[in-house]
Amino acid sequence: MTEIRVHKEEAVYVYEAPVRIWHWVQVFAIFALGVTGYLIGSPPPSLGGEASDWFLFGWIRYIHFVSAWIVIVGFVFRLYWAFVGNPHAREIFLPPVWRASFWGGVWHEILWYAMVAKEPRKYTGHNPLAVITMHVMYVWGIVFMIVTGLALYGEGTGMGSWQYEWFSSWVIPLFGQSQDVHTWHHLGMWVIVCFVIVHIYVAVREDIMSRQSIISSMISGWRLFKDDRPVDRD
Amino acid sequence: MAQRIETFYEVMRRQGITRRSFLKYCSLAAGALGLSPAFAPKIAEAMENKPRIPVLWLHGLECTCCSESFIRSAHPLAKDVILSMISLDFDNVIMASAGEQALAIIEETIEKYDGNFLLAVEGNAPLGEEGMYCISGGKPFVDELTRVSQHARAIISWGSCASWGCVQAARPNPTRATPTHKLPGIADKPIIKVPGCPPIAEVMTSVITYMVTFDRLPELDNQGRPKMFYSQRIHDKCYRRGHFDAGQFVESFDDEGARKGYCLYKVGCKGPTTYNACSTIKWNGGLSFPIEAGHPCIGCSEDGFWDKGGFYDRLTGIKGFGIDANADQIGATAAGIVAGAAAIHAGVSVVKRIASKGDDA
Ligand code: HEM
Ligand code: HEM
Ligand code: SF4
Repeated sequence: MTEIRVHKEEAVYVYEAPVRIWHWVQVFAIFALGVTGYLIGSPPPSLGGEASDWFLFGWIRYIHFVSAWIVIVGFVFRLYWAFVGNPHAREIFLPPVWRASFWGGVWHEILWYAMVAKEPRKYTGHNPLAVITMHVMYVWGIVFMIVTGLALYGEGTGMGSWQYEWFSSWVIPLFGQSQDVHTWHHLGMWVIVCFVIVHIYVAVREDIMSRQSIISSMISGWRLFKDDRPVDRD
Repeated sequence: MAQRIETFYEVMRRQGITRRSFLKYCSLAAGALGLSPAFAPKIAEAMENKPRIPVLWLHGLECTCCSESFIRSAHPLAKDVILSMISLDFDNVIMASAGEQALAIIEETIEKYDGNFLLAVEGNAPLGEEGMYCISGGKPFVDELTRVSQHARAIISWGSCASWGCVQAARPNPTRATPTHKLPGIADKPIIKVPGCPPIAEVMTSVITYMVTFDRLPELDNQGRPKMFYSQRIHDKCYRRGHFDAGQFVESFDDEGARKGYCLYKVGCKGPTTYNACSTIKWNGGLSFPIEAGHPCIGCSEDGFWDKGGFYDRLTGIKGFGIDANADQIGATAAGIVAGAAAIHAGVSVVKRIASKGDDA
């Protein structure tokens, strides 16, 4: 009872600097995309005077497009980093769905969140449920937003532009017509919003309740552990 | 082709059109098609030497607004020239003959010009009840259309009905009205879609002019529309675009913004999602077009425009789950549920934690 628990803090370097920088840059860019995207669908109250007096809606769209390019370039870079970075950089792109143990891990996490399991497992990387959620909602969600977004962008740059030829020319007929692409792009935003709500809630909760550091890891890169029993999975 | 058909030029001369007016028409046609003036002599040459192409113009489920538009082509010569230029052998709506006599012309054309005539379709064919919802000449229209299509060189789908389905194909589409390219049994021939409800008259006449003068199909986009008229959105050339970028919108139809001619985006303008030439060619001989008259574009040349929610709503209506909502209503509800669940989960987590801490002590 009175014994003093000493645990050797064996920290592991999980998130390399490029991953961390990418994460925080796209947090801001996606936030900007969400706000400006919403305003593109439901513009702020009309301004008065002459057209030459303002460029408000132009700016809203401009910020959307600049942030979009940041997200696109960032995502392409992040994809590249999955190849050259450490094994953790691959986690969200290649969940080992073919492994039964992976699904066992997902199930265990579900029990943990359902508060049935008394104790979470210990991970250096993401937990399996996080991996599958990030893969489906984030990776594919962002790919969806980039593809539909570029298709809408190509409508502005016009036929002959690469955005139009590579994206608009097939995405628009695929969804039906331009209006449908707008609608799906808009719904995609809400999928991302749902992901972010869960993501931030879980990051805070696990920071407190799990057996490893969470938020500080995305800042420093190092994973610290709260006990010295072995990790369940790397 | 055994029989010699008159050339366009011969027809025009016969109709008393001077050579000077003829050449003028050729330059105007080149301009309308976006070609350089150097093409005018080519058009003239083609018209002087090429035989007129026979056209069969069939009508299915429709309102004849395409025909109404076509015969009002504003360019003074266009309608005369086009109508005499093509040999419009059959058109239920504007032909003089009727009944069996008229129907015989279809057979005659197929026989004489097998594989060499253009088939223009206005309206579409319903597939429900084996096509009984549209009977033409005593037979289901769908049968007539698919049969004639086997012998045509190419098919022109006039208007949104033939191109996409339009109002008769709007949900729930009780007659199963089906656009030309989706008909089972339609011949594997090039299909040129000229959507719009109706299409712009000058667009219709120019598409035909192009095909007969150059003897080839206009270049089409991925959805089968001639690029020369459907490659840009209304929004791209809209004269109210400055107000759009400024953020000056009409909020309701009788407000200050409406009087000042602000952008109609917030009252549902579909200009940003509609490919057509209204903001450049305009209507009624270049007089005006809906947005210029203060009404938002309703997107009549786009696929399924009847089923995208209100004409006056910016966000598309989404049907399903037994409700009618837009992307924000659906998304905000989902996000609300997720956030609520997270809050409850957080609450329960805290309570459990405190309870288990209590156990430890
Ligand atoms: C997480 C990422 C993104 C979010 C949340 C987002 C959100 C939105 C929303 C809500 C709209 C309004 C849709 C409507 O018309 O109802 C919109 C429009 C648009 N977005 Fe995005 N978007 C994202 C990424 C992108 C990307 C990567 C591009 C690529 C260039 C892009 C390009 C566009 C364009 C061109 C429009 C239409 C603008 C207009 O109609 O004036 N978006 N976006
Ligand atoms: C204030 C807001 C946010 C915080 C505090 C936060 C925090 C974190 C943390 C702590 C991790 C590491 C999780 C772990 O250790 O297993 C992480 C990873 C991640 N976050 Fe966020 N995040 C935020 C916003 C976002 C947003 C807006 C997005 C995108 C929509 C996002 C996408 C991701 C992705 C994709 C990863 C996985 C990184 C990887 O493995 O490459 N985050 N975040
Ligand atoms: S009125 Fe319609 S087409 Fe014109 S700028 Fe506004 S939204 Fe675009």
